[in-house]
Amino acid sequence: MPGLVENLTFFVLAAFLGYSVITKIPANLHTPLMSGANAITGITLVGAVVVAGSGDTTLATVLGFIAVVMATVNVVGGYLVTHRMLKDFSKGGRD
Amino acid sequence: MEPYVLLADQLPESALSLVYLVAAILFIQGLRDMTHPRTAVRGNLLSAGGMLLAVGITVLWFEILSPVVLIGGLVVGSLVGAFLAVKVQMTQMPQLVGVFNGFGGGASTVVAGAELLEISGGLPVDVGVAAVFSGIVGSVTFFGSMVAAGKLHGTIDSSAIRYKGEHAVKVLLLVVALIAGIYMVAQPGMVPALEADWVPSYWVLVLAASVLGIALVIPIGGADMPVVIALLNSYSGLAAAGTGFVIGNTALIIAGTLVGAAGAILTVIMCESMNRSLSNVLFGGWGEEAASSEEMDEIYEGNIKETSPVEVEMLLDTADRVVIVPGYGMAVAQAQHAVAELSELLAENDVEVEFGIHPVAGRMPGHMNVLLAEADVPYDRMKELEEINPTFKQTDVVIVTGANDVVNPLANTDDSSPIAGMPVLNVSDARTVIVNKRSLSPGFSGIPNPLFAEDNTSMLFGDGKETMQELVNEYKENH
Repeated sequence: MPGLVENLTFFVLAAFLGYSVITKIPANLHTPLMSGANAITGITLVGAVVVAGSGDTTLATVLGFIAVVMATVNVVGGYLVTHRMLKDFSKGGRD
Repeated sequence: MEPYVLLADQLPESALSLVYLVAAILFIQGLRDMTHPRTAVRGNLLSAGGMLLAVGITVLWFEILSPVVLIGGLVVGSLVGAFLAVKVQMTQMPQLVGVFNGFGGGASTVVAGAELLEISGGLPVDVGVAAVFSGIVGSVTFFGSMVAAGKLHGTIDSSAIRYKGEHAVKVLLLVVALIAGIYMVAQPGMVPALEADWVPSYWVLVLAASVLGIALVIPIGGADMPVVIALLNSYSGLAAAGTGFVIGNTALIIAGTLVGAAGAILTVIMCESMNRSLSNVLFGGWGEEAASSEEMDEIYEGNIKETSPVEVEMLLDTADRVVIVPGYGMAVAQAQHAVAELSELLAENDVEVEFGIHPVAGRMPGHMNVLLAEADVPYDRMKELEEINPTFKQTDVVIVTGANDVVNPLANTDDSSPIAGMPVLNVSDARTVIVNKRSLSPGFSGIPNPLFAEDNTSMLFGDGKETMQELVNEYKENH
């Protein structure tokens, strides 16, 4: 397991990277950006899988199940709906 | 008893980290592809691929004691998510994005809580602090998002609901959550007498933060939801990053932080587009008072000209350049298809037609663009405020449909107005302005709009969808 300082390093670098990438996204695509970024938040599913799989008490199993359901709704719904919106933006573009 | 061969027994620990790194690269490249509509679909697929990889390796890596629970959870979640994503109408997109967002935040809170069960013999301070953070932020995100979605959907009163002492209530709830958190972190070794092994102080914190999430969003009016949704989007990312610190997972930290940055940037853009501070949006409680009728009479009396679809059609007939300015009213009336058809007809008859879209038009960032794209408007006809404003002087006809505050000239002229300094679309620079609205009622800011009384403005009263459809029919008959 990586230490606190390594984790903070990832955090700070990711924040700067995120800032520079996302400021370039045009207003046209702000809704799909939000919903696509939202789907990425579902990465917490990785944690939910570990918790749901390793739980050896009833409480841990129940919590794990709830977490997996919520995170999966976020991931599957988020990517699908983003795809649905982005397909509509294929029209246009003579630049 | 091994149900299957674990990857962890076959490969070194670094293999898992390497796969997470590849997933992180896919997320970043996916976001980079979102900078252009042509590559955005591919970007979203890359990002989804990264997610599949990260989740897949996790399932194969760790020992799964209860596969039925895990598979059941994945199946139920996928079905619910897919059903909502496919069934929901485009006009309901803001509340759907809110709901999904809330689920992500809620999941982070539960994961952190479940992980605390597993930690025995002493909670490291850094892990404890991270758990407090994701517990509070995740709970606020879940309940805040549900209230925001309820307001957008109309199940909760969308006006700003204020009450006496509301700020004290919010502060109190935050203090309770923090005290529970400090209590949890400050107990080295989890003394069993004080703290049962399910860590009740964490759930006290979650309860207080959940009520706080509701209390924070209830007093905010419907039209400020773009800011709220963007901010909660940022929170759900930060909650995931916090959970990454709790369970020691770099994939969560990187992905969560990227999303935190995305939401924060959108929040700032939305606030700047209204010339209001974030605290004014969150605690200022707009959208509760309406303009006095004397004030409105003074501006409107004798200065309002009404027009009809027949007259507007004649104007369009001689126009070389037309700009359409949509607002939230277009979404409410579901008028986007009629508006799109009108723009297509104009373009077919060699009229230069563009859309002028204010950043806060609608109920989430980019709301108008998504609706128009669904109605087949090419994205290069949708122009941002800075781009469209200088072109109004060369524009023959502007059609404002369902927008009000974003075209109010008081923002430029009256320093005492609540929208003073807000960048607006200067539509009256055009030769003629047609405003399609159901009545003269004020917008979200509650102030009258002198644009309606200007010499070159005519009001085209009526429901957005019906009126635009009449205009389309009229235009078709004559061309």
